[in-house]
Amino acid sequence: MSIAAETPVVPKVNVLNRLLAMVPPALWSVIVLIIVWELSVKIGEIPNYILPAPSAILAEFGAYWHRLLPNAMVTGGEVVFGFLCAVLIGVPLSVFIAYSRFMERSVYPLIVASQTVPKVAIAPLLLTWFGYGLAPKIVIVVLLSFFPIVINSVMGLKSAPREMVYLARSMGASGWQQFWKFRLPQALPSMFAGFKLATVLSVIGAIVAEFIGADKGLGYLILVAGSSFNITRQFAAIILITIIGVVFFMVIERLERVVIPWRHRGLSETDA
Amino acid sequence: MISAAESYISISGVSKTFNGRQGEVHALKDINLNIKPGEFVSVLGPSGCGKSTLMMLVSGLLSVSAGRITVGKKHIDSPNADAGIVFQQDVLLEWRSALQNVMIQAEIRKGDLKQAKERALQLLKMVSLNGFENSYPKELSGGMRQRVSICRALLHRPPLMLMDEPFGALDAMTRDQLQIDLLRLCADNDMTVLFITHSISEAIFLSDRVVVMSPRPGRIESIIDIDLPRPRRLAMREDTRFIEYTRELTQIFKGLGVFREEY
Repeated sequence: MSIAAETPVVPKVNVLNRLLAMVPPALWSVIVLIIVWELSVKIGEIPNYILPAPSAILAEFGAYWHRLLPNAMVTGGEVVFGFLCAVLIGVPLSVFIAYSRFMERSVYPLIVASQTVPKVAIAPLLLTWFGYGLAPKIVIVVLLSFFPIVINSVMGLKSAPREMVYLARSMGASGWQQFWKFRLPQALPSMFAGFKLATVLSVIGAIVAEFIGADKGLGYLILVAGSSFNITRQFAAIILITIIGVVFFMVIERLERVVIPWRHRGLSETDA
Repeated sequence: MISAAESYISISGVSKTFNGRQGEVHALKDINLNIKPGEFVSVLGPSGCGKSTLMMLVSGLLSVSAGRITVGKKHIDSPNADAGIVFQQDVLLEWRSALQNVMIQAEIRKGDLKQAKERALQLLKMVSLNGFENSYPKELSGGMRQRVSICRALLHRPPLMLMDEPFGALDAMTRDQLQIDLLRLCADNDMTVLFITHSISEAIFLSDRVVVMSPRPGRIESIIDIDLPRPRRLAMREDTRFIEYTRELTQIFKGLGVFREEY
C-alpha cells in the first residue's frame, strides 16, 4: 500500500500526444483523408482526368485562383443573401403560425406540401420568370432553406410549457411581454437548430440554381470545367463550395453561442 | 366556521367542468371555503380530486363554471396579478440567472427596479442562495431552483401566495428544508397561503387548516384545524398531536377508499 502511494502515476506525455492535442480532431480526419487520397492516387497511378491528387488540386488553386475566387464570391453571396431572406421570411411566418390557429391550419399544410415539390424540377420555370440574374438563385435558396427555419421556429415558439404561460399571465404580462420575455428566448435554441440546417441547404440551393442557368459562380464553373474534362478544376470548385458551407455553418454556430450563451454554461448532462 | 365577512378568500358554490373527449368532466362540485387573512391553508387530496384546479380558479387563470370567488373583496374573473404563484415545476427561465429570474417579476410589473433588486437579493439570501445570484438554472440543483421560483413569487410582496405541490418533485430531505424555508418566509412576509399537496405530513406541518378533498367530482370532504404552535420545528412531527392529526387524516382517506390495505 505504501509502495503504491510513493510511486505517483506520471502521465506519459510524448511528442505525438502533444501534437495530437494541438489540432482539433476534425482536422485530423481531414489530414488523414488527404494523405490516403494522395498516396492511393500516386501508388495506383490514377490519371488526373479520373481522380486528381490533392497536390494537383492545390496546384490548380495556385494557377487558377484569379477565376476561382471571384466565382466563389458570387456563390457565397447568393448563399448568404438567400439565407438571410429565408430567415426574414421564415421567422415572422413562424410567429404567425405559432400564434394563429387559422394560419396553422391554412398556411402550414401548404408549406409542408411545397416541400414535396422537387426544387430542381421547378428551377427552369423560375429561370423563365426571373431571368438569369441573381433573383432566381435567391428564390431557389429561399425555397430550400426556409422550410427548416419555419418548422423549427414554430416548434420552438410552441415549446413554452403551459405553466410558463400561466406564470407570465399571473404577473400581468401583456401579449407583447409574453412574446419577448418568455416565448422568443424559449424558442431560440430550436430556431438556431433550424438556421444551421438552413445553411447547408442554402449552399445546395445556390449550386442547383447555378447549374440550371448562370454565367458565374462555382456551379457554373463546374459545368464549364466538366465540358472540357477538367476534373482537377471541378475538384477545386467542389472544395471551395465545401469551404463556403463549413465556414457559413461555423459562423452561425458561433452566433448561436453569442445569442444563447446560457446553453453552453454550467454542467453538461453527462457531468451532472 | 369562518364567515364570508371576515374572510380574505371567499369561495362560494364553485363548480368547474371541463369539456373532455368523453363529454363533460366535473373537476369540482359545489365548493365552499372561506380563508382568513394571513392564514396558511393546505388543500389535501389524492390526484384527480381537483385541488390544483381549485388553486387555478383562485388565481383567476382558469374561470369558474358556476359560483363565485372573491379575493380581498375583489371578484376574480381574470388573472389575479396580486398573487404569487409557485408550480410543481420551477418554470425558471433558462436564459436568466437566479437573480434575473427573480427580477422578471419586477420587470413585467414595471416597478422600481433598484428597490426590487435589493429585495430580490435579500430573498435569495433568506433561502441560503447568496453566492448563487449569478448562477444559471442549469447550474442549480432541483431544490435550489425551486427556492429561486419561490423568491420570484414573493418579490412583489403578494398578499396571497398560491402553491401547487411546490415540493412534489423534490427528494425527502430537500423537501424538509424547503418547508422550513417557506415557513420562515411566511413569518417575515404578511400573506395568506393556499398550498396544494398530496402529502399528509406536509399539510399538517405547514398549515393552520387542512382542507381534505375527495375525487370525482372534487368535493370538500372535511376541514381540520391544526392546533400546533409556531414556529414549527421538524421534531414536532414526532409529537403525539401531530401523529393524532396524521391518524385522523389517514382515516378519512381510508374511508374515501383512497387507501386500501388488504393484500
